[in-house]
Amino acid sequence: MTILEPANVPLAGVPAPSVALIVLIASLSFFAYVMWKRIDLLKRCAPDPRFSDVSQRIKMMVLYGFGQLRQPRYLGAGILHILLFAGFMILSLRSLTLIGRGFSADFHLPLLTGSAAFVYDVIKDYTVLVVLVVCLIAIARRAIWKPQRYAHPGTSGHEGEAYIILGLVSALMVTDMIYDGSAFIGEAHSEPWYLFPATNFAAMFMKSVPSQALEQLHIGGYWAHILFFFGLLNYLPISKHFHVITAIPNVYFANLNHGKIKPVKYGVDDWMELEQCGVNDLTGFTWKHVLDFYSCADCGRCSDNCPANIVGRALSPKMISIKARDYAYAKYPVFGTPKDFKDKKLVGDIITEDEIWACTTCGACEQECPIFIEYIDKIVDMRRYLIEQGALPQSLQKPLQQIKKKGNAYGAVKSKRSAWAKDIEGVEVRELKKGENAEYLFFVDSCGSFDPRIQEISKSFARILGKSSCDFAILGQDENDSGNEVRRIGEEGLFEQVSEKNIEAFEARNFRQIVTFDPHAFNVIKNDYPKKFPISHCSQLLSKLIRENKIKFSGEYLKGRVVTYHDPCYLGRHNNVYEEPRFVINSIPGARFRDMERSRSRSFCCSGGGIMLWYENEQETQRMGERRVRMAQEIGAQVIVTACPFCLINLEDAIKTTGNEGKIEVIDLVELADRSMS
Amino acid sequence: MKIIACMKWIPDTSEAELSIASGGKDIKKDDLDYDLNDWDRFAIEEAVQLKEKYEGAVTVVSVAPEDAEEMLRECLARGADEAFQIWNDSFEGSDGFVVAKALAEFIKKRPFDLVLTGTLAEDDGGGQVGGMLAAMLGVPSATLVSRIEISDGKAKFRRELEGGLYENVEMGLPAVISVATGLNEPRFVSIRAVRKVASVDIPTVDLDELGMNENQVGMEGSKIVIEKVYLPPEGEGAEIIKGSTEEAAARLAEILKEKGVL
Repeated sequence: MTILEPANVPLAGVPAPSVALIVLIASLSFFAYVMWKRIDLLKRCAPDPRFSDVSQRIKMMVLYGFGQLRQPRYLGAGILHILLFAGFMILSLRSLTLIGRGFSADFHLPLLTGSAAFVYDVIKDYTVLVVLVVCLIAIARRAIWKPQRYAHPGTSGHEGEAYIILGLVSALMVTDMIYDGSAFIGEAHSEPWYLFPATNFAAMFMKSVPSQALEQLHIGGYWAHILFFFGLLNYLPISKHFHVITAIPNVYFANLNHGKIKPVKYGVDDWMELEQCGVNDLTGFTWKHVLDFYSCADCGRCSDNCPANIVGRALSPKMISIKARDYAYAKYPVFGTPKDFKDKKLVGDIITEDEIWACTTCGACEQECPIFIEYIDKIVDMRRYLIEQGALPQSLQKPLQQIKKKGNAYGAVKSKRSAWAKDIEGVEVRELKKGENAEYLFFVDSCGSFDPRIQEISKSFARILGKSSCDFAILGQDENDSGNEVRRIGEEGLFEQVSEKNIEAFEARNFRQIVTFDPHAFNVIKNDYPKKFPISHCSQLLSKLIRENKIKFSGEYLKGRVVTYHDPCYLGRHNNVYEEPRFVINSIPGARFRDMERSRSRSFCCSGGGIMLWYENEQETQRMGERRVRMAQEIGAQVIVTACPFCLINLEDAIKTTGNEGKIEVIDLVELADRSMS
Repeated sequence: MKIIACMKWIPDTSEAELSIASGGKDIKKDDLDYDLNDWDRFAIEEAVQLKEKYEGAVTVVSVAPEDAEEMLRECLARGADEAFQIWNDSFEGSDGFVVAKALAEFIKKRPFDLVLTGTLAEDDGGGQVGGMLAAMLGVPSATLVSRIEISDGKAKFRRELEGGLYENVEMGLPAVISVATGLNEPRFVSIRAVRKVASVDIPTVDLDELGMNENQVGMEGSKIVIEKVYLPPEGEGAEIIKGSTEEAAARLAEILKEKGVL
C-alpha cells in the first residue's frame, strides 16, 4: 500500500500547496515584521564600529559561534548545547525539505538526491533522536535539579519560555517521527533498523494502527510539524530564545579590543562637547550592546562566576541583560509606537546604582559568556552618566579628588613620590630626568609609591633590577596615577588628565621599555592610552631574566612549602598573561606548586584594585578576598603568590580576618623572586 | 528663595608634614595644596538641594585669593548660579571678624532669604564667621545643623547635640545657618562638569565695593592676635619604640606586661 502525501491531500477543500503557501507567507511576513521592529531599535542606538577585521571576526564566528568553543566550560550543559546546536544545523536542511513537501510530494533540496539523500536521511534520523533526548534531559534538569544559575532574582522570570521552547523543539522531533514512521510502515524495507532508529522507533508504536488512521497520522504529523516550526521561528524574536538567531552575529561582532574601555561615543572628536556623557537609556548604548541584550539566553554563567554576585552584592550580570531586554521589548513593542517610560528610567530604576557600582570590572562574566556578551563597557558607560549627575559613592569621591589635585589617591604630596626609593640596601634608584636614557622605565604607580606595604614590592623590584644589572630608572614626581580605575569608574575627563601627563613624561625621556609590577597600570598603559609605548609586566621581565641566566634562585625562602598562584584579573583575563608568573614560581628549586580550582581565566577577583580599594559596599555578606583565601586553604596552600599589589592588600587582609595568620603567607611574585635570589 | 553660601579656601593639612613658618605665628603653607573646606562642601550642596526643592537661586561667595577661583568654579559646577570672589592682598592675615565683616558688607547689598556656611573650617577650627555674620546682618543664626526644611517663610531644622541628641528648631527667615558635615551627600564634580562652567565670569569684589578700607582688613583690622603656633612638645611618659617589627612588638608586650595590662 502507498500512503497519500500531504501535498496531495486538500485541507478542508483547499489544495495543500495553497495552504502551504498561505502558512509560509503569513509566517515569514510576521517574522520579518518583528525582525524589522527589533532592528529598528538597533538603528536608533549609538554607533559602534564593528565592521573591520573581517578575517578575525570570521575566525571568531567559526570557533566560538559554530564551534561553540566556550560551551564546554560547563561540561554537562555544554555538551547538551553542542548536541542541540549541531542538531539544529543538521535539521535545518530537513526543515526546508519538509516545507517544500507541502508544495510537491517528492520535493528534494538540490544536491540532496540519490545516495546523498540516503546518507543525509540516516544522519537526520539519528539527529532527531538525539535532539529529542537532549530536550527531555534539558527539561528534566530545569524541572528537577533546578540549577541555581537559571534563577531570575527580582523579576518574574522567563522560566516558562524555556519550557515552551524545549516543548516546541520536542514536538518538532516527535511530529517528524510520526510523519516518517507512518510512511515507513506501509513500505517494504531492506535496510537494517539501526540505520533509521527514530523512524523504526516511531513505527513500532503505530504498527497496529489501521491504514486510514495511519494516513491521518502522516498528514496530521506533517502539518503539525510545519505549524510547530513556524511557531518556533516566530516565538524566537519575542522571547529569550532570540539568541538562536542573534548569537552567531553577536559572536561575529564581538569586542576585539580586549582590556580597553570604549570611548564615550564613537565617531565624536571632542566628547566634552557632547550634550550628555554616558548612558542612561537604551538608545544611549551602542547597537552592539543592545544586540547583546537581545542575545542573552539567561544561562547565568556570567552571574555564576561574578564575584560581586557571589559575595552578595546587588550585581548579577545576566540580570542587566534580562532587565534591559524586558525594558526594550516593553518600550519598543512589536505593535504600536515606542512608549514613554518617564517614571521608569533604565539607569537608576531598572538597573540600580548599587548594581552599577558593585562591579570590580574583573571580566569573569565576559570570559564565561559563550556568545561574548559584554558588560564592562556598559557598566562604565552607565557610570559615566552617574558621574555626570554627581552620583558617585561618597567613599570614592575623596580618592578621585586627590588624584585630580595631587596625581595620587593617597593624598600624598607629589614631591614624596620617589621617597620610597631612598636608602634601599645595595641599589641606587635613578630618577630619569627629561632627555635622559634608560633601558627600562620602571612605572611605580601610586600604590607602589605611597602605600607602605606596596613600597616593599617597589624596593624588591628595584633590588632585582639592580642585581641583574638592568639599566633602569623611575619618573619620580613627573609620574601620575596610571588611571586604570579612574577610567573604569567613569571619570573620563580625569583619565584624560592623568594619561596625558604620563604620556608627556614618557615622551620627554628615552627608554626601550616600560616595566611595572602593577597589572592595572600595565593594562591601562598598554590598552587604553591613546599613544602606544612598549610595556611589560614584571612577570614577563623576570621570566626573560631567568631564561638569560641573569637571575638564579635558591629554595631557601620557600623551604618546600606548598605554593599556589592567584591570577590577577588585569594580568590574566584582560591580558592573557598566565604562563610567565607560573614559570617564575616553578623556577624556584623545590617549589611545590598547586593551582586552585579557580585559576587562570576562571580566577576569582580579590575585590578590585586602584581606587576600588576605597569603595565600601553595604550589601556584601563576605569579602571576596576571604572567599579566595578559603579556596587556597582547600588545596592546602601555605603560600599564595600573586602578581598585583591590590590582590596582595586584599588577600593579606583576608588572611587576618579568616584566622590564617601564621598559616598562610601572601607574597607578591616580585618579593618572592627577591627573597629567593641566590 | 535666594540663598547665599559662604566658602572657605583652606590648606589641606591632612596628609602633609607640617612645619612652623619663621616668626612662629603660622605653619609653612608654600608646599600645601589648597581646597574647599569640607564643612562648606556640605553647605553648598545643601544650598543647591534647597534650590532644587524650593526654586530660587544660589550665590556663592568667598574671601579668598586668586587661586581660589578653582574652588568657586567647582561650586558653579555643583549648581550655584553665580560666584563672587572678595579679595585684595591686604586681606592676608585676616581673622574671623574681618572675614565676617567683608561677607556682611557683600550680603547687605543684595536680597537674601538664607545664608549657609559650614560650622567650622578644618584649618583653624575657629567657628566664628557664621555667628558674627548673623549678628552683623541682624538676623538669627544656628550652628551644627543637620537637616533643613523651609515652610511658611520659616526654616525648620535639626541640630546635632552632644551625646547623640537631636534638637528640632524653628527660625524666621532671613537667617544664617551653619551646617554640620553629613547633612547631605555632596555630589561629585567631574572635570567635564567644571569645564562646562569654564566661561562663567567670577567677578572679584574689591574693598571699595564693600565700603571698606585697608585698615579694616588683614592683621590691622583683626581683633585676634596670634601669639605663637607650635607643635606640642613630646609629652613625658611617652616612649617611641624603635627597632625592627619583632623587636618593637617584644618591647610593646613587655611594657604592657609591666603595666599589668596583659
